[in-house]
Amino acid sequence: MAKGKEKVTLSKVALEEERWGRLFVMPPFVGFCIFMAFPIVFAFVASLSNWTGTNSIFENFVGFKNYIDLLQDERFWKTMGTTIIYMLGIPIGMVLALVTAVAMNRKIPGVKILRTLYYVPVVSSLVAVAILWAWVFNFDYGLLNIIIKALTGMKGPNWLGDEFWVKVAMIIFMVWKGLGGSIILYLSGLQSIPRDYYEAATIDGATGWQAFRNITVPLISPVTFYLLITGIIGGFQVFVEVSVMTTNGGTNYSAATVVYYLWDKAFVNRQMGYGSAMAFILAIIIFIVTFINFKGQDKWVKTMD
Amino acid sequence: MAKANGIRSGKKLSVFDTVVFLILVAGALIMVFPLVYMVACSFMTKNQILSAEFSVIPDPWQFGMYSEVLHRGEFIRGIRNTLLVAAPVLVVGGFTSSLAAFSFAKLRFRGREAMFLALLATMMIPFAVVMIPQYVMFTRMGWTNNLTPLIVPGLFGNVSIIFFLRQNLTSIPTALVEAAKIDGCSYFRIYRSIFLPLMKGALMTQLILWFMGIWNDYLAPTIFIQDDEWFTLQVVIRSFNDQYAVNSNYPLIMAASVIAVIPTLLLFFFFQRYIIESLAISGVKG
Repeated sequence: MAKGKEKVTLSKVALEEERWGRLFVMPPFVGFCIFMAFPIVFAFVASLSNWTGTNSIFENFVGFKNYIDLLQDERFWKTMGTTIIYMLGIPIGMVLALVTAVAMNRKIPGVKILRTLYYVPVVSSLVAVAILWAWVFNFDYGLLNIIIKALTGMKGPNWLGDEFWVKVAMIIFMVWKGLGGSIILYLSGLQSIPRDYYEAATIDGATGWQAFRNITVPLISPVTFYLLITGIIGGFQVFVEVSVMTTNGGTNYSAATVVYYLWDKAFVNRQMGYGSAMAFILAIIIFIVTFINFKGQDKWVKTMD
Repeated sequence: MAKANGIRSGKKLSVFDTVVFLILVAGALIMVFPLVYMVACSFMTKNQILSAEFSVIPDPWQFGMYSEVLHRGEFIRGIRNTLLVAAPVLVVGGFTSSLAAFSFAKLRFRGREAMFLALLATMMIPFAVVMIPQYVMFTRMGWTNNLTPLIVPGLFGNVSIIFFLRQNLTSIPTALVEAAKIDGCSYFRIYRSIFLPLMKGALMTQLILWFMGIWNDYLAPTIFIQDDEWFTLQVVIRSFNDQYAVNSNYPLIMAASVIAVIPTLLLFFFFQRYIIESLAISGVKG
């Protein structure tokens, strides 16, 4: 005991350092308490009641009823399914980005300009480009259907009006918007792979494909992992695209994501308790998927050392 | 032409590399084409846009849409409101973030790791979880009639910036702090005169990225801001779209979108070296 006590007794200088150190981190910490910790606790309590945002949480307390209702809510599962379908864009984007980055990593002129051009959609305002693509996908006058008509003579699909094609359209849009970011990360990952690995492989008679398969892909796996994690966390939270490009979640709610449904319930129908329960389930799902990803990373994520 | 010269002046490209180069150029054109089309549409007439013929070049050119957009009071107000949010958030939030990053990286105090982890954990919490309580909180405080809900949370600092700057400072020897202490420097002066200058570059880049985030933000403003006097630019653009798509005034909508995209594009072009570098660090180091 005495020993343990001695350890925590700090010198005057150290105590002063501690005082200032804590003071300096106070603003973000206070912000964290007010705008994150408190709302999280509050949201959980609210999720146990039929709260509308204006009535009393405690008088309308219903226990876990919202959660049970949610599990039987068809719309919830439908929007969850759509959210996951949209995530097909993650592997598509990864493959396209990796291929592009490998191509750029060859000694090719104008790589910097090319890289910038691929990155332009990433920095563009999401609302503005969503509006633009809604117009590109327009059934009668949209650029895409005009091109399809010119090439094949047939009328293209009703991109945003059809329950199936709207999902394809959304995936195309999301891949286009995010591709440049993945390319930049892959490119900087590729540049950190030592050239002699490839030289050694060439001496051993490996083909370009074998070198790609056995050197590039494993050594680039930390970037792939990062893109997967951030892609999934972001993918569960898609909202703006749906809100801007479709009206009321599309035909039969076919384009709506979980967060869109949540927003709809909480801010349009004023079922804030129900919305909070949905937010919690979403957070738990995100947490579990991220956790599984981190557990699984030892199996395929390699590091250079 | 410039590109062709570039090839000739450098080492000769193999046939394979030439093909790769051409494919990359084609890909880049596909990526940029929708945005080029957006600009083209903003100069077209309604008739041309609504004809089912493929055309990219405006015929005839009409330049009036931009002045029409800029003469709309709500559009200018949207830009003003966005800047009114960005200015205090970047100045104060930049200060609090860098000060906290310095403290987390270079000062010793009990509970440091726990506090840092708590902050990091917030990056994993979806905004959806906190947006409902935040909305009710802001409404009760009467904040939703102005810009405070967008400004105040930012003043406390930004977790991803703190994280980035802290990583950035780990390569700088802590002995600097000790030396300055012996010289009688206060802790704030150590931050102000030694570490702030050292992280200036990284901080500037992060603030540029933060500005882009504020400029492009849509979800928070659309939920928190009730009074259309205080709509930020993205919300205004969105309402333009709803308003004018009905009578197919797409040239006007496209012109508004072009203006909304330009500032972040310019920032990116000017600072791309730094931006790409900092993105690569956060991605590759994890």
